[in-house]
Amino acid sequence: MAYLEIQHVVRRFGGLVAVNDITAGIEQGEIFGLIGPNGSGKTTLFNCINNYYTANSGEIVFKGIPITRKPTHEICKLGIGRTFQVVKPLRRMTVLENVMVGAFLRTSNATKARDKAMEVLDFCELMHRKDMLAKDLPIADKKRVEIARCLAGDPELMLLDETAAGLNLREIEAAMEIVKKIRDSGITCFVVEHVMKFIMGLSDRMMCINFGSEIARGTPQEIASHPEVIKAYLGEEYVEGG
Amino acid sequence: MTKKNWFLLAILGVVVVAIPPFLGSYFQHVLILIMMWVTMATAWNLLGGYCGQVSFGHAVFFGLGAYGGGLLHLHWGTSPWWGMIAGPLLAVIIGIPIGLITFRLRGAYFALAMLALGETFRIVFINWEPVTAGAVGMIFSRTWGAQKLPYYYIALAVAALSIYVVYRLVHSKYGYYFVSIREDQDAAEGLGIPTTKYKLYALIPSAFFTGLAGAVYMNYIAYIEPHSVFNLSAISIMMMLCVMLGGAGTLWGPVLGAAAYTILSEALRAGIGPLAYLIFPIIACLIIMFLPDGIIGDWGKIKRVFSRRKPVYAGGE
Repeated sequence: MAYLEIQHVVRRFGGLVAVNDITAGIEQGEIFGLIGPNGSGKTTLFNCINNYYTANSGEIVFKGIPITRKPTHEICKLGIGRTFQVVKPLRRMTVLENVMVGAFLRTSNATKARDKAMEVLDFCELMHRKDMLAKDLPIADKKRVEIARCLAGDPELMLLDETAAGLNLREIEAAMEIVKKIRDSGITCFVVEHVMKFIMGLSDRMMCINFGSEIARGTPQEIASHPEVIKAYLGEEYVEGG
Repeated sequence: MTKKNWFLLAILGVVVVAIPPFLGSYFQHVLILIMMWVTMATAWNLLGGYCGQVSFGHAVFFGLGAYGGGLLHLHWGTSPWWGMIAGPLLAVIIGIPIGLITFRLRGAYFALAMLALGETFRIVFINWEPVTAGAVGMIFSRTWGAQKLPYYYIALAVAALSIYVVYRLVHSKYGYYFVSIREDQDAAEGLGIPTTKYKLYALIPSAFFTGLAGAVYMNYIAYIEPHSVFNLSAISIMMMLCVMLGGAGTLWGPVLGAAAYTILSEALRAGIGPLAYLIFPIIACLIIMFLPDGIIGDWGKIKRVFSRRKPVYAGGE
C-alpha cells in the first residue's frame, strides 16, 4: 500500500461531480504533481484529503490509517500539512507568531515553539519579515508564511496548493528551491500547480485531471506529450499537430 | 513586559491599593463599580476580543454568578459569600453545554444564539418562581453594612486575578490558538487546532470571571432580581462596549474601557439623567466609525490627530 492512498474518491456539489472516482497512490519521499485546467477539481481533492469537505464515497488512507472522516485538526496532527491557494494568513499576527502557531502542534512550551519557528523562518528565508504583520506582506511572502507555518508543525506529507500562482519568474524559482529543500529534508510533497515551469521541473510523477476525472498519469515528459492533456489545455486541434 | 511597563504597573498598583481609604463613600462606590466592570470586560475580552467569538449574552454568566449564591441562600440559608464559589461554578457548568452547542455556529449566528440565550435566562428566572423567587428578586443583609472599603478590596482582588489569568493565558499556547481562531477558523483547523475545544477553553475562564463579578455584585448591592442581572442592554451590551472602547484583543483595553465607561455613566446619570441612555449608542457608533480597534488598539491614530503637523509641500508654499 502506498504512503497516501486515494481510493475511488468522489465528491459532489449538488448535481456537479467535482471529484469523480479519483484513485492515486503517493509514495514516501517523492514530489507528486497534480495538474488540470481551472475548475477540474484539484483543490477539491485536497479539501477531501484534509476533510474540509468529506468525500461522498471512496476512502483516503495515510500510513495505513483511514482519514476520510477524521476531523481536519486530527489529520494535521497525523502529519499532513496543508497550504492554501487563496492564502489564509493570520492577518493581525506577526510572521513569527503565525509560524509559532504551527509549531504549537508539537509542543505546548512557548519558548520551544519560538525556537522552532525561528529555525523554520531561517529555512524559508523569512527572517527579515518576522516582526511584520502577516496582512502587510507582499503575496510572495504570504505564500512563504503558509509554507513556513505548515513546516513548523513537522509534517511528513505536505499538500502544496498552487504555491507559484501569482508569483513572478524570480519568485517562482525561489519557491521551487524551497520545495526542493523540503523534499530533501525528507518530507513527501503533493503539489497542485498551474505554473508548468514549476511543476514540470519539480515532480517525480504526475497526474492530470479534468472535469474531476483522471485523464493521464506518468512522468512530467509523458504528461507533457499526452494527447488528452494537450486536448484539455489547448483544445482538440492541437493534438494532431503536437 | 518592559521595565517601564512594570514601573507603571507598580504605580497603578500602589494607587488602587493606597488611595481609596481616603476617598468619600460615593467615590469608593464608583471604584467598586469600576473594578466589577474591569473584571467583566476582561472576561468578555478573552472570548470576544482574543478568540473572536462575539457574545451578546454574557449577562447569562453574570446573572448565574449572582444567582448561584442567591439560590443557596434562598433554599438552604447559607451565607451569600458562598456565592463567590457557587456563582462562578454555576456559570461554568451552564456555560459548557452552551458553548458545545453554540460554537458550531460562526460569526453573526453565534452572536444571535447568545443574544437569544441571554433573554431566555432572564425570562426563565422571572417566571420560575418556586426556584428563583421570580421577579421580586432577593434581598440579602450586607456583611459590612454601609462600609464600602471591604467590598472595594474584594472587587479589586477579583479584577486583578482576572487580568492576571488572562495575561498568563494569552502569552501561552492558548492565547496563540485563540487569536488564530479569531483570525481564520479554517486556517486554524488546518494547522491542527481543534477549534471547538479551544473556543471552550476561552469560554470557561470567561464565564467564570463574569460569574465571579456577578457574585461580587450580589454581595455588594445585596439585592438581585432577574431584570437587573440578566439585562441585555445594561450588562451584555455594556460589557462589549467597554471592550470596544478600550480595545478588543488587548490586555489593558478592557481595563481602560471599563473605567472610562463607569466614570462616564456616573457623570452622565448625575448630569442629564435618563438622557444618558441616548449617549451610549452614539458613543458606540463613534467608536465603530473612528476607533474600530479601541483607544489602545488605535492609539497611533489618536496620537496622529493630536500631533498633526502641516503637510510639507515640495517646493515650499
